Amino acid sequence: MASPTDDNAPRDVSRRALFKQVGAASAAAIAGAPLASEAAMAQERAAQGQPVAAPQLEALESLTATEADTLEAIVARLIPSDENGPGAKEARAAHYIDRALTGPLRSSREAYAAGLAAIDVYAQSTKGTAFARLGTADQDAVLTDMEKNVATGFFPNAAAFFNLVRAHAVQGTFCDPYYGGNANFVGWDLISYPGLRMTVGEDEQRMKAPKAVRQSAYDEAMFTMKGGTHDHRP
Amino acid sequence: MTIDLKKTDVVIVGLGAVGGVAALPLARAGIEVVGLEAGSWLTPRDFAPDELRNNFRGWPQAAQKANSEIPTHRPNASAPYSPRLPIHPMMNAVGGTSLHYWAQSWRLNPWDFKVVSETTRRYGVSRVPKGSTVEDWPFGLEEIEPYYDKVEHEVGVSGQAGNIGGAIDPRGNIFEGPRKRGYPMPPLRGTEFTDRMAGAARKLGWHAFPGPAAINSTTYDERPSCQYHGFCNRGGCHVSAKNSTAVSTIPKAMETKRLQVVTQAVATSVTYDDRGGRVTGVVYVRGGQEYFQPAEVVLLASYTYENVRLLLLSKSKAFPSGLSNNAGQVGRHYFSHHTGNPVTALFPFDLNNWYGLPAQGVAVDNWADDNFDHSALDFIGGGNLWVYSDRRPIAAANMSTFGKAPSWGGAWKSFIKTNADRFNVAYLQKTTLPYEDNYLDLDPVAKDPMGFPVIRITADHKDNEKRMGAFIQDKMAQWFMAGGAIAVEKGPTGTMGPSTHAYGGTRMGDNRETNVVNRFGFSHEVPNLGIVGASVMGTSGAHNPTLTAQALAWRTTEHLAANWNAIAKG
Repeated sequence: MASPTDDNAPRDVSRRALFKQVGAASAAAIAGAPLASEAAMAQERAAQGQPVAAPQLEALESLTATEADTLEAIVARLIPSDENGPGAKEARAAHYIDRALTGPLRSSREAYAAGLAAIDVYAQSTKGTAFARLGTADQDAVLTDMEKNVATGFFPNAAAFFNLVRAHAVQGTFCDPYYGGNANFVGWDLISYPGLRMTVGEDEQRMKAPKAVRQSAYDEAMFTMKGGTHDHRP
Repeated sequence: MTIDLKKTDVVIVGLGAVGGVAALPLARAGIEVVGLEAGSWLTPRDFAPDELRNNFRGWPQAAQKANSEIPTHRPNASAPYSPRLPIHPMMNAVGGTSLHYWAQSWRLNPWDFKVVSETTRRYGVSRVPKGSTVEDWPFGLEEIEPYYDKVEHEVGVSGQAGNIGGAIDPRGNIFEGPRKRGYPMPPLRGTEFTDRMAGAARKLGWHAFPGPAAINSTTYDERPSCQYHGFCNRGGCHVSAKNSTAVSTIPKAMETKRLQVVTQAVATSVTYDDRGGRVTGVVYVRGGQEYFQPAEVVLLASYTYENVRLLLLSKSKAFPSGLSNNAGQVGRHYFSHHTGNPVTALFPFDLNNWYGLPAQGVAVDNWADDNFDHSALDFIGGGNLWVYSDRRPIAAANMSTFGKAPSWGGAWKSFIKTNADRFNVAYLQKTTLPYEDNYLDLDPVAKDPMGFPVIRITADHKDNEKRMGAFIQDKMAQWFMAGGAIAVEKGPTGTMGPSTHAYGGTRMGDNRETNVVNRFGFSHEVPNLGIVGASVMGTSGAHNPTLTAQALAWRTTEHLAANWNAIAKG
């Protein structure tokens, strides 16, 4: 069986594929994190032939637990869950940001460390407790102060950090789900994006959008590590 | 230790949109060519429909040479520097930025070649803006027309002709200069939305037509037609329907066995022999090793910034301030296309702009170039109005709220839920002129990882461009409202930082005191040094530069092949 230290383990395989390959409980064991009861339930469902959702394998790759709680609370107010459907929390935007901070967004890591600490200090001094523990009205008031750049204790300033988190929260809500956000396509559903089609016909460009299809770019084998030979070099 | 390589006939620096074309006439003429390319080969597998990667993380250029030498910018010599761009607008690869560009392949308007003389004739010499260094080109459209034609057919351009030999066809651009024949492929198809906008233009009495694109609308050269999947904007084509030079002219040149492509080759200088009075080759670094590629003729085919930088970095006893720069013209007459003053429209119904591509659109040229009377106006030139179908989810969520909603929270979410597919941003390219105090030089502080200074842009929009921007913006707003928009938002003029449409710096012209290259693209000061690319262009017109730069490159290399002994052997 594949294990994280096995050099022959497929590294690029999607979680969904991994799940199919080795089964829910084993996949969970590989990732090493989920609650035993979830794994057990998933195994039971799989054994009964029922569809099984991919487990939420979400180690914190960059953020501390406290930072993650604060960030989760921020994005949940930026793009809230409400009568218009799920928001950034359900899209797992904070999870997207956490992963990206180890790679493409690593230059923002210090800004997150400083900004997430500063928002708690500001929340404590103006509202009496940490941001994540505030009620939503107080959270919105703190975020409004940041957006208007009147919140203190931020470097270079509160608005810069607000805009950074807002931009990343939008990316995490509407990006290709491959990157760990837009979970279950909730972002694409929100704006009625009809989805990735590799070929688009004339009728599909009429002013009424066609029926939504839901797939990641990397569900197309040609774009993955194992995409085979599509080399058009002369 | 530098490794000396075997001498070749021609070494081309850069195998992008222009160098990739320049190689073909040479190779077909039996001339041995070495093409140095800083990037790698990319394949259809590299071009996933992934907005985050392409449009936000700048793949693939994020890890490339160009990204380590992003030009700095300041509006004028006493202004503070602008924030440095995080990602270079161009990319390195075989095929260069033609891999992920919009592929709009326009010819220039006849007026663009004669801005000074035509403005003087029609309105008087006082109407040429003060401080502009604009000159007429050394030739008119009729000289370059055969080369436009060759490139349209060799690269593969789809479009609708509007003027074949003087016979106007209202299905195409009635303002274009005469062409010998039509495009090799019909135009890309319209969408219901672009058709609607075309109808609105006609109601205004304007002429609407589909634009030309280096994208297959039918099978061409054994490659398929466009799939309209919506990821062409800063993305390569997964079916090779976009006619980058990597899938068109470069493979054709390689079939002759006379083009040797050297990837990952970073050119650092052009060498000059004081005694011979000629350039002798190019020094480049590949994998940490320095090489010298000797050649009879050197052709610079990098992007505008890098063409200029290589000349300024290539100093010698004979050229103490940079190669071919004894007249002090390298870096002068620089300008970048005025694409600011955008107009965004909000409609009360869904547009389904989710699919398509920036080249799939509808144009109006009634307000471009000198297609309208400027007698009572306070500027010369004009703009191309372009409405197209292109939308992806993150960009849609980042749409303007038109002052109707906050920028976050439940009310914002409600707004984008309704309106994410109800806005459209027009693309407005406008005549831009060169000015005395807009120029490129080497930055005194910022350097690339090899220690060489990067280019510094000193440039800002002038009154002529600002007035034209406001005028064009009004026309575009009028068009959107006629198409059913309920609100329009006009954006700012913008700055002149690093651009995908950068012109000048090695301008072409007969006067050696004001131009770097002669009418054929060879240096006035060094006979066996050729320069191709938009860096030789002296005016922009109101349309994308690539086809013109490619046509000029074909003309330069055809001239070289026809005059080989005179140029190469001196």
